Amino acid sequence: MLMISPRMASGMQEKQYTPSLLSFFVYNPSFGSREGEEEKKILFYHPSEVEKNEKIRNVGLCEAIVQFTRTFCPTKPAKSLHTQKNRQFFFEAEDSFWIVMVVRNPMVEKPNKDGRPPTIEYQEEEILDTVYGAVLRECYSMYKLFNGTFGRAMEAGGVELLMQKLDKFFYRYLQTLHLQSCDLLDVFGGIAFFPLDKMTYLKIQSFVNRVEESLSLIKYTAFLYNDQLIWSGLEQDDMRILYKYLTTSLFPRHSEPELAGRDSPLRPEVAGNLLHYGRFLTGPANLKDPEAKFRFPRIFVNTEDSYEELHLIVYKAMSAAVCFMISASVELTREFCEQLDGLVGPQLTLLASDICEQYNVNRRISGPDKEPQFKFIYFNHMNLAEKSTIHMRKTASVSLTSVHPDLMKILGDINCDFARVDEDEEIIVKAMTDYWVVGKKSDQRELYVILNQKNANLIEVNEEVKRLCATQFNNIFFLD
Amino acid sequence: MSEEHYYLELCENPVQFENASSVNNVFFDEANKQVFAVRSGGATGVVVKGPEDKSSVAFRMDDKGEVKCIKFSIGNKILAVQRTPKSVDFINFIPDYPHLEFSQECKMKNASILGFCWTNWNEIVFITDQGIEFYQVLPDKRSLKLLKSQSINVNWYMYCPETAVILLSTTFQGNVLQPFAFKVSVVHFVSNGSYGQLYVMYLKHHSRTTDSPCAEVILYQLPREGSCKKTNVLKLNTTGKFALNVVDNLVVVHHQSTQTSIIFDIKLREPDCALNVHQPVLPPRSIHPYRIPLTGCLTCSVCSSSVSGYQWYLQVKLPPTVNLLQDKGKLIDFLLRRRDCKMVILSVCSQMLNGEDKGSLPVVATVFDKLNQVFKEYLEAEQTYTVAMESGPSRGSTARERPVRTQAVIDQSDMYTHVLSSFTEKKDVSHKFIIAVLMEYIRSLNQVQITVQHYLYELVIKTLVHHSLFYMLHQFLQYHVLSDSKPLACLLLSLEGTYPAAHQLSLDMLKRLSTANDEIVEVLLSKQQVLGALRFIRSVGGNDNISARKFLDAALQTADQMLFYTIFRFFEQRNLRLRGSPSFNPGEHCEEHVVYFKQVFGEQALMKQATV
Repeated sequence: MLMISPRMASGMQEKQYTPSLLSFFVYNPSFGSREGEEEKKILFYHPSEVEKNEKIRNVGLCEAIVQFTRTFCPTKPAKSLHTQKNRQFFFEAEDSFWIVMVVRNPMVEKPNKDGRPPTIEYQEEEILDTVYGAVLRECYSMYKLFNGTFGRAMEAGGVELLMQKLDKFFYRYLQTLHLQSCDLLDVFGGIAFFPLDKMTYLKIQSFVNRVEESLSLIKYTAFLYNDQLIWSGLEQDDMRILYKYLTTSLFPRHSEPELAGRDSPLRPEVAGNLLHYGRFLTGPANLKDPEAKFRFPRIFVNTEDSYEELHLIVYKAMSAAVCFMISASVELTREFCEQLDGLVGPQLTLLASDICEQYNVNRRISGPDKEPQFKFIYFNHMNLAEKSTIHMRKTASVSLTSVHPDLMKILGDINCDFARVDEDEEIIVKAMTDYWVVGKKSDQRELYVILNQKNANLIEVNEEVKRLCATQFNNIFFLD
Repeated sequence: MSEEHYYLELCENPVQFENASSVNNVFFDEANKQVFAVRSGGATGVVVKGPEDKSSVAFRMDDKGEVKCIKFSIGNKILAVQRTPKSVDFINFIPDYPHLEFSQECKMKNASILGFCWTNWNEIVFITDQGIEFYQVLPDKRSLKLLKSQSINVNWYMYCPETAVILLSTTFQGNVLQPFAFKVSVVHFVSNGSYGQLYVMYLKHHSRTTDSPCAEVILYQLPREGSCKKTNVLKLNTTGKFALNVVDNLVVVHHQSTQTSIIFDIKLREPDCALNVHQPVLPPRSIHPYRIPLTGCLTCSVCSSSVSGYQWYLQVKLPPTVNLLQDKGKLIDFLLRRRDCKMVILSVCSQMLNGEDKGSLPVVATVFDKLNQVFKEYLEAEQTYTVAMESGPSRGSTARERPVRTQAVIDQSDMYTHVLSSFTEKKDVSHKFIIAVLMEYIRSLNQVQITVQHYLYELVIKTLVHHSLFYMLHQFLQYHVLSDSKPLACLLLSLEGTYPAAHQLSLDMLKRLSTANDEIVEVLLSKQQVLGALRFIRSVGGNDNISARKFLDAALQTADQMLFYTIFRFFEQRNLRLRGSPSFNPGEHCEEHVVYFKQVFGEQALMKQATV
């Protein structure tokens, strides 16, 4: 991605290049240990058009680096390799299965006078290991969510099946990777929870329990409102990646038709049923369609123990979305979908308007004063709760942040510092511009605040952050 | 048909009396529920038996002719005997008063007395064919004083002792019923009276307006003001001879030819009906244990058979109704209005959560909502009463009565003890259902703003922990569904070993309680977070009162010398600020820490006395 830098040389423009994906590959060293069979190690390689010997060379290099660093610390082999032009990230996703991502460093192209070729300056230190390491791990998690583990694929159909799956999945997935907009939030991989009063929450509980009782096929349910989580019957780690999929991929794809005008061709055909606004986001677009297919995406959860394969039904009414998960061994029929639609549609419509109303009431009570004027990111490692007033909207394609990337980098740096020690810490940074950046860590919680106060001193900044904690986080134990 | 299905039964200990014969007359007094067996006009003895043994009396009186009616005043103080159509005789039964009879004739000329009713221990109403006469009996003077009288043509009358209302059938055609209410010693006309809900029931053998040949019972409510209002129609769905009872606010209709009875609950509303037309609540059944010929007309809750010489109380047996009424919501509505309902309701709750008869969650929710609604109404009444009492009797003219806690008030501890705690231990019920039921109960309580007791939360937590559903627990706590309390915070703390996040949840809860700062300090110190503990206590302004020794001990345990130095220095500064000297008081017992400090950092590191 090309960005025009604000630092402009007189008359002549500098070109700034953001980090981008150079290559991405999956290999298993044990598959081609004999000489001359090295190619067998490679299970997936992007870009595929790279010449075979180069693929082998690159894989071999990674293998060597990992092996070499292992001699220093057998339990923690190298995670990344920094070079002038790029950075490589290594991740052993499963036993002997390695995934490597090579990211080209951001660079600045400075034009030269007199027709000489422009000078390229690589910004080696601009990208963070933690951020891209997390991105790499997430690639695997997403693969696993829809395909299960590498090991299971090997058991089921050998290397051929695994390679097929990898190819099918990553070919599309890598196109949606937007490395230029990765930041601290990718490190956290958090979940935004929808704030809700107790009574409405209990109503949702009641709704979920009743639906699970009457449609006993349903094994797990997750409930979201406004793209924020309210209830998850799935375990935390599975929910984390499912949430990522829903909020960055599935929901954005379906929100455009909703935003589209009444007569827009994008708008989905509204079924004749005016009793409710429920509709399927996965599976059949229109139940009335005689040609409708009742196929749903399949996901894999609890891969560590029970290893379950499930149908993922996502059903939405207004701003409320519910995921129903059903064992993949059951075939889902038109009758089942109609039953679900008839049962869930009206209830969910009612519940969605209840939540909306309650939310507005609460907002009126707390008033606009409580809306923070601060820019902050909050994350709790214990429940993965994340809150950001920095990010306006995060979808697969765009991550709009309201602050300069330099500040985001500082946040990332502070996070790295926090990760190094277990104890509670507080770091205050005065950025190049007028900004102050404050990072606080208390037990399992992290808070990052960006303050734009000219001429403020350290004490004032500290007081300001204390005030923020007192108003925004008064109901949790947060040391100051 | 098994015994299980009888829902009406006669009490175990009937009142036994000598059966009616040519020499023995038997009378029943509705007001005192007493049976009088009068042998030979009283000369060979009068035996009075009440529902309890202690109310039995036996005495003799002179035979002055055939006894037409005989009744004690309230409390067995004065006996009234009617032998002639014109007068009533009285005998004192008050100790130390003369036992001699005295007599009172009715005031109205040519009138004949139809009967009399006691409205108090010394007040009596004569009902004559020409009106009513209200007297006060003066036992010491052996005379009566007329308090009030009303002239009206009377065909027959009925008396309701509970409300002291007399209903007169008046006019020549006998188609007008005129009620009179009595209160203490003043006669009220109905328009001034106040008597809650009083109904007049009337049995109509054939409905002229509809094609149905079946009989029906029509209820008129006697309102506070104005005329009677036809309020309810009970469909008997058959014809023949009937007898009526009222037991536990239920209208019991006995059908003679089939020897079965049916019951109606006029509060059980049938949908879509302006005038409440009721069908029997339950299918017809015989009275247990006897199919007795109920020939005599019965009122209230007494069945008597003067021929056999027994008098029984009719009782409604609630447990069999549970299986006869399939609709659980209706069943609970029905049970909530019965007197001895608590254990039956609780057994309905247990039943709907267990076994094959298990109810679905919406049914469970409906039942919980109904129970909690009644519970809430009671709590509100109690609260209103307390407020009224606190504001003093001057405010509000009427003295409030303390609300009665009926058996229908089923609180959280009833539910916990009799239903939920055993239910959560069932092995054959899925944990999903258990948790759903508990959450449904908590939701229902919250819906009517009843504070949930922490033992219910503990039940939820126990169940979740038992099935390792920690993430679920975490989410419940995150949305404050399980409300904060110290016991709950401590419970969470104890879970830390199996679920590390419980530590954070517990600390958050203690923080929100804002009365648990000491506990927070203890938790942090136990985690060796000495500096964190100190910072916390300083942030809440409690640092002047904490024990220096406790913190220094904790710092010593960490084996972190710099930490010890920091903590030590903090307290030196506190000492200086509070007492003008950095040294510790002997009472603080920090001698060993001072020694240690000197040992590690040297004597000169101790803080110097401030030199101004």
